[in-house]
Amino acid sequence: MSKPARVLETAAAWLLGLLWALPLAYAVWTAFHPAQFSTHFVLRAPLTLENFTKAWDAAPFARYFVNTTLLVTMILAAQLVLCTLAAYAFARFSFRGREIAFLLVLVQLMIMPDVLIVENYRTMSRLGILDTLSAIGLPYMASAFGIFLLRQTFKTVPRELDEAARVEGAGMLEILWKVYVPLAKPVYVAYALVSISYHWNNFLWPLIVTNSVSSRPLTVGLQVFSSGDQGVDWSIITAATLMTSAPLLVGFVLFQRQFVQSFMRAGIR
Amino acid sequence: MTRGRILSPHVQGWLLLLPAAVLLVTFTHYPTAATLYHSFFSTAKPSRPSVWVGIDNYRAMVEDPVFWQVLQNNLWFALGTIPASIALAILMAVWVNGKIPGRGLLRLSFFTPTVLPMIAVANIWLFFYTPGYGLLEQITGLFGLPSHNWLGSRSTALPCLIVVTVWKEAGFFMIFYLAALQSISPHLHEAAALMGAGRWYFFRRVTFPLLMPTTLFVLINAVINSFRLVDHIVVMTKGGPDNATSLLLYYIYDVGFKFWDAGYAAALTLVLLAILGAFAVGQFLFLDRRVHYQ
Repeated sequence: MSKPARVLETAAAWLLGLLWALPLAYAVWTAFHPAQFSTHFVLRAPLTLENFTKAWDAAPFARYFVNTTLLVTMILAAQLVLCTLAAYAFARFSFRGREIAFLLVLVQLMIMPDVLIVENYRTMSRLGILDTLSAIGLPYMASAFGIFLLRQTFKTVPRELDEAARVEGAGMLEILWKVYVPLAKPVYVAYALVSISYHWNNFLWPLIVTNSVSSRPLTVGLQVFSSGDQGVDWSIITAATLMTSAPLLVGFVLFQRQFVQSFMRAGIR
Repeated sequence: MTRGRILSPHVQGWLLLLPAAVLLVTFTHYPTAATLYHSFFSTAKPSRPSVWVGIDNYRAMVEDPVFWQVLQNNLWFALGTIPASIALAILMAVWVNGKIPGRGLLRLSFFTPTVLPMIAVANIWLFFYTPGYGLLEQITGLFGLPSHNWLGSRSTALPCLIVVTVWKEAGFFMIFYLAALQSISPHLHEAAALMGAGRWYFFRRVTFPLLMPTTLFVLINAVINSFRLVDHIVVMTKGGPDNATSLLLYYIYDVGFKFWDAGYAAALTLVLLAILGAFAVGQFLFLDRRVHYQ
């Protein structure tokens, strides 16, 4: 390729990169400067953390952080156990109705809990667990995506390893734990990262089933805070916005390669 | 653990599957069936319990102008977001995969929106679009353009949401293209260079066809997302102005949880399920064909 063309292409790539970074850069600027500088860009503008402390004091963000952390951990733990067991069944047991059962599992890839809000709300209400963390998490715990991903991985485990363990007298669950799970470790990491970022960010369903501080996750808490009637100013809302996404953002910047590879791995079927 | 060996593989298999199956049936299959069932009933009121109304909810739906408006919005939203984010994703992946200076930073910039919660993204962009002093107004102001309420007028509100969605999704799709590009053999490049094929020609005749499976995968994801993701609507427009930005799922949320009309919400959900189901069947048929090619 000719030199001018290459320069032009690099410039275009950088322009797009800049454009993509702009909204976030703008948010960072607003959050770290006093309100009068929020749309006023001068190099000498003083930096401040005041917006963050104001936001932190204005709403129970500490509680929201605890809720989200508990929620994400609970969902992930349940997903790992349930999907591992189910994937093992699909990968290595020929039981009656396996094919149909697998198709029924795959249905969830298209019809996700996100769209079944009306009926699932009815179910939660009947179970008497509205406004709890369990109500937010339950529909997501048996994840078709997780089952599918792990089944693919388990199928690549050589049968000889399985049989060797059997000869040594290991039971069904012991084989799963000692042979299959360790070999699937990178897939578990990939799945965990995808699941954590999904549920840290999930909004609509938690918004519907929660209505008190004690069960609201960060995303819903942020929405309640920023749509308040008292007219909170933009610098503080932006600070709160960055604050709620900070753990994921920091994690992403630190483990960028891992994140990118995980999303790749999770996407390739 | 010797007990396990006495059980037949049928029992073992089902036992392993059982916990996941119970949850899947409770929160995916049962609600899907219940949606159909409840869509034939009226909504319970304090004075009057829910009764069988046949296809009344569906009749109301066909006569509801908001429903048609919302469906149309969703179509435009899908047409606006899907091709744009896929094209940008391919462009980004090609750039980040090549030897461009600073590609680490570029990749960071493209991918970061993916890790942010949609709700946070919506807050940031809401400020961006704010009439009077938002960044967009400042930029258009520099060019001497008049002030415009971007999210408040019917003609620009939906395109504004489309921009936000493309910004958020393109980097996510880029990852899959990047993975696919890295699996393309460098020999192909060398061979093409020997034959004197231009870069665009090579992309059109070699790279793009090889990316087809990825495009299909991304396309399915993008379609599902365009019917599933409404977080930004709750934050930015609440479906307004005058339903100009309401999408099907958002309308279901409105009907189900603001007007508490569960019967009508069930009928609307069924339409959404039918759309997703049609895509599922299409995907199934298409993937089947792909297997034959291999």
